[in-house]
Amino acid sequence: MARDRSPAELVGAAPEDPFEISFDGRTLTALPGQSVAAALWSAGILAWRTTRHGGRARGAFCGIGQCYDCLATINDRPNRRACLVPARPGDTITTQEGHGHAGLAV
Amino acid sequence: MPDSPSDERADDAYGAPYDLAVIGAGCAGLTGAVTASELGLSVALLDTSGQVGGQFYRTPAPALGAVRPEALHHDWSAFADLRRRLEASAVVHLAGHHVWTVARGSEGDTEWVVHAVTGVDGCGERPVRVRARTVLLATGASERQLPFPGWTLPGVVGAGGAQAMLKSGLVLPGRRVVVAGSGPLLLAVASSLAAAGARVPAVVEASGYLGYARRPGALAANPHKLAEALVHGAALLRHGVRLRTRSAVTRVHGTARVEAVTVSRVDRDWRPVQGTGRRIACDALAVGHGLVPQTELATSLGCATRRTPDGTYALELDGLQETSVPGLWAAGETGGIGGAQLARTEGAIAGTAAAARVLGQPALTRSRRVRELRRRRDRMRAFADTMAAAHVPGPGWVQWLNDATDVCRCEEVTAGAIREAVADYGARDARTVKLLTRAGMGWCQGRMCGAAVACLAAGPGAASVPPSPERRPLAVPVPLGVLGALDPDEADGPVS
Repeated sequence: MARDRSPAELVGAAPEDPFEISFDGRTLTALPGQSVAAALWSAGILAWRTTRHGGRARGAFCGIGQCYDCLATINDRPNRRACLVPARPGDTITTQEGHGHAGLAV
Repeated sequence: MPDSPSDERADDAYGAPYDLAVIGAGCAGLTGAVTASELGLSVALLDTSGQVGGQFYRTPAPALGAVRPEALHHDWSAFADLRRRLEASAVVHLAGHHVWTVARGSEGDTEWVVHAVTGVDGCGERPVRVRARTVLLATGASERQLPFPGWTLPGVVGAGGAQAMLKSGLVLPGRRVVVAGSGPLLLAVASSLAAAGARVPAVVEASGYLGYARRPGALAANPHKLAEALVHGAALLRHGVRLRTRSAVTRVHGTARVEAVTVSRVDRDWRPVQGTGRRIACDALAVGHGLVPQTELATSLGCATRRTPDGTYALELDGLQETSVPGLWAAGETGGIGGAQLARTEGAIAGTAAAARVLGQPALTRSRRVRELRRRRDRMRAFADTMAAAHVPGPGWVQWLNDATDVCRCEEVTAGAIREAVADYGARDARTVKLLTRAGMGWCQGRMCGAAVACLAAGPGAASVPPSPERRPLAVPVPLGVLGALDPDEADGPVS
């Protein structure tokens, strides 16, 4: 039985050294090669955007860059698809509120 | 194989026209590209991802150091073989290229201009254009979603999305994941999730599996499909996963994220049966209702489509995979959902046919090998039609919705607003609903809600109406600066 198995064990992953990123001020650990969305999922975080009208929480849905539900503000740049953008050491990810342009003076 | 990230790609990759531009580096595109290259064509292979393989053979990034990526895959040796052929070939692999349109060049149907934005998510500053004498469209499929109360709650993810995140990022959306919707992908997703350590309390399938028994001929002619089903079935048994057919998730519970789902029995038309709801605790739901061919690039060039047995539209192709527009071929899911093995077969036919055209050697397409490939394709297409018919959404699914359910995730348009547009303002098709409500007007351009909106627009009692082949001139969002930089008088000149 594989009850306590992890995805990394299943594929025999021996990743390079993990690094730190931050999400809304909280420090998280990411693995090289993971997307921002994957790094957030592995920390148990499923939502990093609020919708423009209802202000409701959203995160990755389609997982392949088609639905745009996973838009995040990454290093001050809004509207990045977190499921496509690889995590880099020191990345600052913040919840994207509404259209993501608040505070950008645009 | 010359291969480098798009940012470092030398300008000469965008100079002289290629004999063939292949859009999509999944099973179909990869096979088409190497086949044509081996026959002597110069080939550019464009794909959004940094790695080849498409969605089916999605693999972890090299830095994750997976020594057994095949543990998450079926038929890995076929992919390993394609990668070897690609490495040995002169195919120019343009990774991180998001194609937003294909246009006719100055020579009409003998020259095409493929426009792309670059970078991991298309946010790169550098738009490019690739010129080619022929084009193979191998853009694959997206998942069909049908909404239900609670489907926008964090923790509800696409079934294909959960699979993609697992294959590429080695992550799970939760520890206890219900898999629901319809179609054979659900079994594959459930067995991957379980193998990777998630508990899967149930696989919830809205159809029965009796549909397959009505076409025994197609099943008998495709024993590999039965074998594949047995592999997944055995894996599910081993992990104690229960398959509930003729059932659907009709509500998601939770405030900040998924805490449970209600699973109800449905009738033959997918109408929920009152009083059968049963709550299953879980922290994630992976859901999808089959796949939809991704045909925007082709339909915007006027390629003809056909309605598939499960109510989607696929490209109409001739016996050698050519679309109704000469010089444009298609292979794989763009011509109808059929799986990886069919995609490889079609890619080989299309690559050969494009080579025959460019080289002026029609005899290439009459070889014994091509005849055998065509026979195999026809056999697998017959099975794909059986599979599609077995999982066609029943019209009763709209009864899962209440008026407050968001149908369009991007623009937050509710089922109530869409019903109002239909009942009070006379909308009868998805486009009119969009103009009245904004459903389908957001970031994803209707990819998530299109099937649902089309059904709701058809009105109560009508059979589910598939989305019409809409002409969307831009296949992906493109910055205005990119459009502004295009010179209308110089179609084949550099962008910047």
